[in-house]
Amino acid sequence: MITKRIIPCLDVKNGRVVKGVNFQGVADVSSPVELAKYYSDNGADELVFYDITASFEGRALFCDILKEVASTIYIPLTVGGGINTVADFDRVLKCGADKVSVNSGAIANPDLIEEAAKIYGNQCVVLSCDIKRVDGQFRLFAKGGRVDTGIDAIEWIRQGEARGAGEVVVNSIDTDGVKKGFDIEMLQAVSDVVTIPVIASGGAGCIGDFVDLFKTIPTMDAGLAASIFHFGEVKISDLKDKLADEGIPVRKIKGKN
Amino acid sequence: MIAIIDYGVGNIFSLCSSFDTIGAKAVLTADANVVRKADKIILPGVGAFADAAKKLADCGMWDVILSETAAGKPLLGICLGMQMLFEKSHEYGVHNGLGLIPGEVVPIAPVVPADYKIPHIGWNGLHFPKDKPKSPLFKDVDEGECVYFVHSYYGSGCDAAVIATTEYHAELTAAVSKGNVYGTQFHPEKSGDVGLRILKNFAQM
Repeated sequence: MITKRIIPCLDVKNGRVVKGVNFQGVADVSSPVELAKYYSDNGADELVFYDITASFEGRALFCDILKEVASTIYIPLTVGGGINTVADFDRVLKCGADKVSVNSGAIANPDLIEEAAKIYGNQCVVLSCDIKRVDGQFRLFAKGGRVDTGIDAIEWIRQGEARGAGEVVVNSIDTDGVKKGFDIEMLQAVSDVVTIPVIASGGAGCIGDFVDLFKTIPTMDAGLAASIFHFGEVKISDLKDKLADEGIPVRKIKGKN
Repeated sequence: MIAIIDYGVGNIFSLCSSFDTIGAKAVLTADANVVRKADKIILPGVGAFADAAKKLADCGMWDVILSETAAGKPLLGICLGMQMLFEKSHEYGVHNGLGLIPGEVVPIAPVVPADYKIPHIGWNGLHFPKDKPKSPLFKDVDEGECVYFVHSYYGSGCDAAVIATTEYHAELTAAVSKGNVYGTQFHPEKSGDVGLRILKNFAQM
């Protein structure tokens, strides 16, 4: 039986992992390579790295770090941040990424999804969406959740699948950093319109939030979180033990949990 | 030395570095002489079957793989590289494979309910056929241990060659072998410690 994936997300700036709360204010947490190895050893099913540096130097440093991570751990790596062209896909795939996450780059140029899917396969293209409720609508935001695009997020995701996205990450701005649970209503609305895997993001505060997510929406494929893992509030091994107790299929590591 | 066939298909960064990690010498190559000198061959692959088959033939590696495996050299095909070992694939038309494993590559969609996601992406458990001894490829790998899959097609009609399956509503082919030829539908280089054990088993054959 396919297992539910637990995915820590690491925002990397100037070679360090940082995490914003509601996208504002960052706290230096740890070294990307050390943190990646720790997560891999303790049962993370996949890792997401977001490059939140904008400078050329920062980007080069990010690629070096990515290579080091990909030579140290052997689980799937998704990379996002600053992906605007097929050349950007090429750059991070050559450093060991398995999947590439597009967000603002796809909003600016929706053809990017199709172009990249044709070259690298659908499985390589992850459509990442920052979504917030505006006037009773699930609205798509760009630029790290700062700019309201006016686009209906559900329709955007439906089109994204048709264009060739292989997975979708749904990040609720409304619940991000609040730690009161995933945005079940938003995630259900997305799940209803796509057949590709959906990764839930934004709002996890405790182990019970993941149990609620997978119990309430059994077709949900994965749960993504950052700070609760980075600060040790939730240990992935404890989380997986609890999910298994609740009858939710998870991957266990031999000799670890 | 292990020759990893370089034919411009897929991401081989992790595959190359995983052999470094387990202490086996591996080179990425499309040079027939290097492949002939190698002890073993890895055929990686991600993407569409027809395109990959054409690239493999265009770079001359198709014939080299056939002659080297006929001479008894161990070969491991991974993901699309495993599918290429089969006689035929039905991905976007019907295309010939290397014919090293009897059977055909067919879509998953018709054998799973409509609410099952395609591609089959994620970590899923390995099941070893009860009526066969466990393959040496899976030494130190336990029944039910999870490995990482990403695929929309699977090997069918290959019962005699199946050495592991995985349950996705149906039991899908997870790994095959026939003589010195092995294939895994999953990515051992992305399957954590379990995957490294499998690559080590192959390296030590």
